[in-house]
Amino acid sequence: MLTFTIRRLILSVPTLLFISLVIFLLLELAPGDPMAQVPLTVPPEVKEKMREALGLGQPMHIRFWKWLVQFFWIEPQVMIDHFFGTTYAVGDLRVISWQTRSPVMDTVVQRIPQTLWVVGTAYVVGILIALPIGIYSAYRQYSVFDQCGTFVTMIGFSIPPFFTGPLLIVVFSVQLGWFPFIYDTTHSVDDWDSFLYQLRQMILPVMVLALQTTAQISRYMRASMLDNLNQDYVRTARAKGLSESVVVMVHVLRNSMIPVVTVIALGMPAIFGGAIITEQVFSVNGIGSQLITALFANDLPTVQTLTFIFAMLIVFFNLIADILYGLLDPRIRYD
Amino acid sequence: MTDLSNQTPLAPPRSQWLNVWDQLKKHKGALMGGGFLIFITLAVLFGPYIWTLDPQKIDYRARDFRPIYHVLFDADAKTAWGNPLGTDQLGRDGLANLLAGGRTSMAVGWAAMLLTLFIGTMVGVIAGFFKRLDGPLMRLTDLFLSLPILPLLLVAVTLFRQPLHSNFGPEGGMFILIVAIIGITSWMPTARIVRGDVLALKEREFVLAARSIGTRPGAMIWRHLLPNVISPIMVSATLGLAAAIITESALSFLGVGFPSDFPTWGKMLADAVQRMEEFPERVMLPGIAISLTVLSVNYLGDGLRDALDPRIRGR
Repeated sequence: MLTFTIRRLILSVPTLLFISLVIFLLLELAPGDPMAQVPLTVPPEVKEKMREALGLGQPMHIRFWKWLVQFFWIEPQVMIDHFFGTTYAVGDLRVISWQTRSPVMDTVVQRIPQTLWVVGTAYVVGILIALPIGIYSAYRQYSVFDQCGTFVTMIGFSIPPFFTGPLLIVVFSVQLGWFPFIYDTTHSVDDWDSFLYQLRQMILPVMVLALQTTAQISRYMRASMLDNLNQDYVRTARAKGLSESVVVMVHVLRNSMIPVVTVIALGMPAIFGGAIITEQVFSVNGIGSQLITALFANDLPTVQTLTFIFAMLIVFFNLIADILYGLLDPRIRYD
Repeated sequence: MTDLSNQTPLAPPRSQWLNVWDQLKKHKGALMGGGFLIFITLAVLFGPYIWTLDPQKIDYRARDFRPIYHVLFDADAKTAWGNPLGTDQLGRDGLANLLAGGRTSMAVGWAAMLLTLFIGTMVGVIAGFFKRLDGPLMRLTDLFLSLPILPLLLVAVTLFRQPLHSNFGPEGGMFILIVAIIGITSWMPTARIVRGDVLALKEREFVLAARSIGTRPGAMIWRHLLPNVISPIMVSATLGLAAAIITESALSFLGVGFPSDFPTWGKMLADAVQRMEEFPERVMLPGIAISLTVLSVNYLGDGLRDALDPRIRGR
């Protein structure tokens, strides 16, 4: 298991390098000029100096290398300095935002908890709802519950988050007044009441994000359970006299989880995409809304860093799924 | 002993597609979905010729009209038969905008879906057929699957807007850009499915027979493999169409899509969110249009998957 985990970890390095190259080239080949906003009265020599100050003077491969060094070598050092009070990174150049003239990672560190908090809760809630629905509708195939479940998941598939968001706001915040429609990120939880408020303000964004996840995962759970329920080993288990709950919840469920784990992992890019929209709808100031602001402000270093952070999060969750996959299915470990 | 020479079939032979259609007819959701998809496609194609109001025409005296049905709840509501779905804050007609917006959304959806299928099928067939290319192409597919799609889409659309704008005009440039980007970033599932099927087909006798009479690889793919993988391709076509419509609307919603005076369903929704307490219908109508279209496409895909699967068909 350990070698399997290590092998997966090593495999994710070229993936990350490829993604960083794609992002870098995308920004590099884009025709936008960061000097476009500078007044025409500024002489060309000064403009050239300004370009160099922004780090645009060197050839492409050197800048790519420098960016990699900044991101993978200097930023971790800054983090270590921050936690242990050491001085490894003092005087090193960090990735600087063109918007705020401060290191990009400082802003990102402030904003990433909101995103992860909302996205993470939504995913967990979605999975927790989806699994029982999928299991039960497969166990009672073509029952009323199954038919309703199919219809609801179809709707969940089809209604995009930028429609459910405003819809839920109109119904629950405006008409009923149950939940706030703006996510207050400065809110700090220190007693029971503030905890309840935090819960209430998280319900709407989490619901919007979880709807899609639930729909997708319960579909796959149902299909995968159906595949397994008719297998010979299930009949054997029943013939041995095992109780029905043990047969379904232990024997069938464990085998059915294998493809579902892959689907859960592959859903990560979609859920982060949904998070960008949800943050926009509910004014959560996470990294999704930061990406949008940076894009409109033509702040390329921030855009580059954030896109790459999204990629890293996706690769990280895929890695977890891979390891879970190995835990669930011993055949994969020895592949 | 039974007479083996007299073997007249009980029923006349039927083509495969007739069987598929018979199975599809049993799936109510798929029929309704397909019907609605045809209806909405025809509506956005020919609707603007019947409802000839210009969606861009600004009429300040006729602004903020409510839809006709609003009279049912509120007798004093500002409505007019000339604008059955109301007008927006600039007095542009709701129905005309909905039709024009649907035209864009559907056009982007269909074009992006076709591009996705083209790339996905090509990669899948090549990876499945040529053993040497299988490894690299599938690694590439895996890499693409871990790309953060929506952030990349946002970045690409914002950065490449200008040059395409100057070459193909504001709408044409954006159309090419969005279609190309959706196509490039969503071909992976199709490629995987097609590759799997091609790998299985390659071991079948008819492929061996075709090879033994000296069929070239190109003809082999075109004549023998592609017709046999058409059913998974059709299923992923429906999924691709739904995904492309949603992606385009999401981009418009985030404000990086088509230019501001060019209606799409996503943009109409985004513009209306500001005043949705007073005019909820302006959010609902485009939202329902997107959702119903995607829902019908998904149901059609569900039915097609059942109908095209010979193990389920005939049950």
